[in-house]
Amino acid sequence: MITERYFNAALLGGLALVAFWAYGADEPFTITLVTKVAILALAGVGLNIALGQGGLISLGHAVFFGIGGYAMGILASHAQSYQPLTLGPLVIEGTNSMPLIWLAAMVAAGLAALLIGLVSLRTSGVYFIMITLAFGQMFYYFSISWPAYGGEDGLSIYVRNSFPGVNTLDPIQFFFLCFMLLLLALLFHAMLVRAPFGLALNAARQSPERAQAVGLNPFRLRLAAFVISGVITGLAGALFADLNRFVSPTMFSWQLSGEIMVFIILGGTARLCGPVAGAAMFIALEHWLGGLSEYWHIYLGLLLLAVVLFAPGGLIGIITRRGAAHD
Amino acid sequence: MKFKRIAAAASAIALGTAALGTAAMAEAHMSDVKVGMITTLSGGGAGLGIDVRDGFLLAVKLADTKHVELVIEDDQRKPDIAVQLADKLIQSEKVDVLTGIIWSNLAMAVVPSATAQGKFYLSPNAGPSALAGKGCHENYFNVAWQNDNLHEAAGAYASSAGYTKSFILAPNYPAGHDALTGYKRQYTGELAGELLTQLGQNDYAAELAQIRASGADSVFFFLPGGMGISFLKQYADSGIDLPVVGPAFSFDQGILQAVGEAALGVVNTSQWNKDIDNAANKTFVEAFQAEYGRLPSLYASQGYDTANLLISAISKADVHDPDAFRAALKEADFDSVRGDFAFGSNHHPIQDIYVREVVKEGDVYTNKIIGVALEDHQDVYVADCKM
Amino acid sequence: MTFVLFAEQMLNGLQLGVMLFLMASGLTLVFGVMGLINLAHGSLYMVGAFAAAGVAAATGSFLLALVAALAAAAAAGAIVEILVIRRLYARNHLDQVLATFALILIFSEGTRWIFGSFPLYLNVPAYLAGPVTLPGGIQYPLYRLTLIGIGLTIAGGLYLMIARTRLGIQIRAGEADREMIAALGIDISKLYTIVFALGAALAGLAGALVGTIQSVQVGMGEPVLILAFVVIVIGGIGSIKGALVGALLVGLTDTLGGVLLPRAFATFMDNSAASSTGSALASMLIYLLMAAVLFLRPKGLFGGAT
Repeated sequence: MITERYFNAALLGGLALVAFWAYGADEPFTITLVTKVAILALAGVGLNIALGQGGLISLGHAVFFGIGGYAMGILASHAQSYQPLTLGPLVIEGTNSMPLIWLAAMVAAGLAALLIGLVSLRTSGVYFIMITLAFGQMFYYFSISWPAYGGEDGLSIYVRNSFPGVNTLDPIQFFFLCFMLLLLALLFHAMLVRAPFGLALNAARQSPERAQAVGLNPFRLRLAAFVISGVITGLAGALFADLNRFVSPTMFSWQLSGEIMVFIILGGTARLCGPVAGAAMFIALEHWLGGLSEYWHIYLGLLLLAVVLFAPGGLIGIITRRGAAHD
Repeated sequence: MKFKRIAAAASAIALGTAALGTAAMAEAHMSDVKVGMITTLSGGGAGLGIDVRDGFLLAVKLADTKHVELVIEDDQRKPDIAVQLADKLIQSEKVDVLTGIIWSNLAMAVVPSATAQGKFYLSPNAGPSALAGKGCHENYFNVAWQNDNLHEAAGAYASSAGYTKSFILAPNYPAGHDALTGYKRQYTGELAGELLTQLGQNDYAAELAQIRASGADSVFFFLPGGMGISFLKQYADSGIDLPVVGPAFSFDQGILQAVGEAALGVVNTSQWNKDIDNAANKTFVEAFQAEYGRLPSLYASQGYDTANLLISAISKADVHDPDAFRAALKEADFDSVRGDFAFGSNHHPIQDIYVREVVKEGDVYTNKIIGVALEDHQDVYVADCKM
Repeated sequence: MTFVLFAEQMLNGLQLGVMLFLMASGLTLVFGVMGLINLAHGSLYMVGAFAAAGVAAATGSFLLALVAALAAAAAAGAIVEILVIRRLYARNHLDQVLATFALILIFSEGTRWIFGSFPLYLNVPAYLAGPVTLPGGIQYPLYRLTLIGIGLTIAGGLYLMIARTRLGIQIRAGEADREMIAALGIDISKLYTIVFALGAALAGLAGALVGTIQSVQVGMGEPVLILAFVVIVIGGIGSIKGALVGALLVGLTDTLGGVLLPRAFATFMDNSAASSTGSALASMLIYLLMAAVLFLRPKGLFGGAT
């Protein structure tokens, strides 16, 4: 019988195995693809905390992904040109160090999530979906028209940033760096669900009135979840920028917000490893269907529709159910 | 991601007599080359990538060579996808030469790291200023134009036509800023107004009202793709009766039919047109129509020239001897469909830029050359290129 | 800025506003009656424009093209409602967002598959082409004036339909209490299909009308869709009156902001920089407006029913 726990282990193990196999077979591009899966899954884990646990359907998570990406791009470009970044009285030196860049990405994304959350969380339901979408568009248009960091052309960073003791230019080492961060985020998510905060958040999602009656403040709980969610997605954005050595406004596009959400649904909403399964499936499909037809988006759309209509539990739902039926 | 492998020249066809003769002779001492093409084949702007690809394929087919192996990938106009495809082509497919990118922002994402890894890049369309000046690279060759070129030509034309009060507009993004700068570089009159519009904007009512109120004597615009179609239709409908100048992009074969009558008589600048009188161009225009059943576009001509440049280089040198291969590319010893073609010291074209007018031939809207805007024109960034 | 220029910009804002209303009214009706959030509404706008371009090319008649746009979008809407959308009414918003996101992918690539990658031709008919002179010496394109007229007429028609007709009563009943109208013996699934097709037809009409002066191409619906979302969020989801007020607010803010902000910046910056900064901020203006409205009234100006 396959329980979700075994499936998760197999999924994560499988991801690492594919990377190892590709390393042995000298297929560096396959490693790049699995790295992309790990990073997008990490972005999905971020959204999953807001969406699965908090019930906050944010169609604007590309904002945090993009902010993380630009944190990397801006810091690394200043390091590249040896010009410090001046923000009024504040002078920030550029850096090539991944831990510092990650920290900056997470802080910046967290701040953005706090501000967006303060406005958006006053609304709920469809209003929330649309206001997050609109914030995403706002950042998208701003990043296109603001010329300082390349505007629509984006920013190229010629060398991947460094991490102590790791050769980040080696695809397999960079993969494991991303993979470790994914595992940490999953662990954090798992702990969060069981912690008092996670339980309170769940209670606030299921019945805000009852949560309020026992002295919880649903607004603050949701805001905290939204910020945590933004921080993790921001980290993923910084990694994604380092994977491509490039950032551009497309990281803010609403299609990307949609895709992050698609990962969660394909895998299975509110399931711990849903985003991992979903991102893996999405990348595999993109690769495989893209080879079959120029119009592969049609098939992707049909598949997505089928999952939403007929398999609400997503991939994990299908597999674990079938596993149980065999028992 | 589209993945298609084409063993070129599977079928030899009797097209283009002159080209075929020389090609067959050269075939004997050509060296093998593996080319990775990253271009836009799906989503918005796919028409341009398809034309570049078709032009390139046509040249390879006419040359009847077995030495060019081509791997074509679709970037969906997304920079991150383009970067990953470049990684794939370099790491897994182990290509020698990359080409195909349409958009400047994608080129900026791919070209610097590809050339840094020792690969050659032949640009069939994008020519961002950074890659022509400080960021130039010995392995980067631009076979189309530097981005400013056609706008400079438009400015030169406007001055020579005696315009003294131009109203100029472009979208608010880097290529738009470059367009306005390029125009102003060659234009000697004063400006009646200068506007930056939103990228992807499709309603120009507000801008048209300002043009009408500005007292301008001419209008220059750079609005690629659907934006240009919208602008021209609304311009024609606004009753403003000023002459319009623009770069070729909004008046090219692919979109001209969608603009329709609104474009008739508009003057635009281009380094190519189907009526340029030389043997190579005749062969190209006829073969393209025979092969694909449509008139070739500017982009198709650039793809075609890019492939012919490559073929001329592999008949002289082996791609695995980079110095010799680079020298062979630099010579640009191929029959360009635009006539004279040479590379400047920054590996960007030195070429004539023509003035075209939109006309109607039968039912089809197309362009005809009415003059030369700039002769043997070279970009201004060459001075910044230390190579 | 002269009075004439200002008046012309107000008309432009009004024209953008009424076209946004055509999009927004369908979205808001569908949400109000069925509780469905439909991202694929922009695809129906695109279907209308492509149908109009196809028919105009074949027959040369602009009126037939508009009829075709209405019919094609209504038919596409009805088919999608029967095949997909009706399975989503009982689902949560997340499933609705995802399923309709999938529909966008299918519609966009499907259209590209059928019509190719190049934009299609659709133009203003001769009898509506060119400018007319309005009182005060304002030169304004006749076609845009016609758009304002059509938009306001439809707004009035929708209002009358909802206030006076049998269908309108059913729609209002559906908005107030969904279980109730089933109990009244109304064929609810037929009502839903009709409402959805009506919204689709309005979107298709907007696509054809706007496509005539813009470009008919794949992906043309999404930017308008997002603007329409902003409109209904400002107006209050489910409220037709809110959609009209929101559409006019967004239309005027967007048009006047784009004109006035760069001028305002030009008073203390040089021209190029002012133009660049001003238009960067102008592109964010309607989203700021929306954030401000929601901050003060979380359910929009006329919302409350949700």
